[in-house]
Amino acid sequence: MQHFSSDSPAIALNVLASGALNHTSSFFDVLHTQAPHALTALTSPEQFGNSSLAKLSVEGTTVLALVFDGGVVIAGDRRGITGHLIARSDMRKVFPADAYSAVAISGAAGPATDLAKLFATELEHYEKVEGHTLSLDGRATKLAAMVRAHLPLTLQGLIVVPLFAGFDPHSSTARIYEYDPVGGKYLATAYAASGSGSLIAKGTLKRVHRATVSEHQAVMTALDALADAAEADSATGGPDQLRNIYPLIAVIDEHGYREYETTQVAPIVAQVFVQREQ
Amino acid sequence: MSSNFYVSPEQLMQDRAEYARKGIARGRTLVALAYDEGVVFVTENSSRTLYKTSEIYDRIAFAAVGRYNEFEALRVAGIRLADIKGFQYAREDVSGKPLANAYSQALGASFISDTKPFEVELVIAQVGVATSEPTSTRHELFHITYDGSLNDASSYVVIGGDTEPLRSALETSYSPEMDRQAAVRLAVTLLRNNSQRPLAADDLEISGLDATLPRRRFFRLTPSQISPLIG
Repeated sequence: MQHFSSDSPAIALNVLASGALNHTSSFFDVLHTQAPHALTALTSPEQFGNSSLAKLSVEGTTVLALVFDGGVVIAGDRRGITGHLIARSDMRKVFPADAYSAVAISGAAGPATDLAKLFATELEHYEKVEGHTLSLDGRATKLAAMVRAHLPLTLQGLIVVPLFAGFDPHSSTARIYEYDPVGGKYLATAYAASGSGSLIAKGTLKRVHRATVSEHQAVMTALDALADAAEADSATGGPDQLRNIYPLIAVIDEHGYREYETTQVAPIVAQVFVQREQ
Repeated sequence: MSSNFYVSPEQLMQDRAEYARKGIARGRTLVALAYDEGVVFVTENSSRTLYKTSEIYDRIAFAAVGRYNEFEALRVAGIRLADIKGFQYAREDVSGKPLANAYSQALGASFISDTKPFEVELVIAQVGVATSEPTSTRHELFHITYDGSLNDASSYVVIGGDTEPLRSALETSYSPEMDRQAAVRLAVTLLRNNSQRPLAADDLEISGLDATLPRRRFFRLTPSQISPLIG
């Protein structure tokens, strides 16, 4: 077996490992065997003892996704909290996973952000090695396995619960997957929400949302549900017109993933507020 | 008790090199050309699934000739190396030179110590960010041979099959100011002359790196995209 190492002492790769039958297209598996120290933050089981880590981390969230006619909206508020304090008011909780899918995260911000980054690398790695992308269901299953791998830290209070939304350009279907903290994966029909404000947001979505609406209507409903969650949940931030910080809105349709600019979101928020006053 | 016959190191290296060269010369030729906005690989390949070229990372691509099973293992190892580095540091920290060095080390070590040397030759291409700088300083082509020898070029590299006629033809006909279409036309014309075959769009694998694309700059042309380019 030949080893080949780069300029970085941290990385040494086994050229012929991929020629054997234990060949894997999974970046997560490669990292596990070849650079396990890079995964410590996500999966380390023992080194923190029994003390709860939850009070040290940034949490609190409402993220949601809605299917509309021709695609899916995925959105999140921007607040991060540490205990009773607002730690950040411009957090990003929605991340593109590849050209046609995205992850929204809730729970402990550090591990959750790492999970989103690792998942995006995983999908790109698979695509490059195999020459084609994973199916939508395959991507969702992989994410479930990564949430499950995080279980040791979940048990210490650092819970990570993602939401996965994507569009399959071949069958022209949009799909949303929900997860639980131990890696359960559930296909949602028309909408899903996660995080501390999700119960409130789900109430709004259940009452208002239908999967047959237009993109604009779905974005309005998403902002409406986020505003409801922000009103009742102290860990969810509402639109901040003073500092020009608005919920992050992304859409995935036949053209792929795209995010709304702040200048696009602001007038829709105003429109939603006018509607709410009536 | 068995005893081996003495073979001088010179003879051993020579035999191995000859073995590897023969294997590589049996295959089809691949041309890597730097053009104004990127790098393009052109080779004869009628398969639509078993490719000789591949994306490695945002600005890096891979091309190989020789034994498929051997360069496929090298390709996957390169993607792993690049992805691990990009994950641990930042996307812009992944560059072509360390990767070319890693391939050179691996092939060099294998050439000396393995029962059989790799029968492959590789090109690692890297494009720079789109600027007003001239092509010659923006794009890089690393050429790695079966014994681990590493050379870099900023213009063109020819590997596999009978390379000499193409190399000498490119010496006079290559210009770094060509656009992608001109580069593809030139490469296809030279490959047609060299192989004495008509080479239609279906017989060609054309891919490369387009510096004007955002983030992932690798492209692969389909036969319907190739047809109008080669006329």
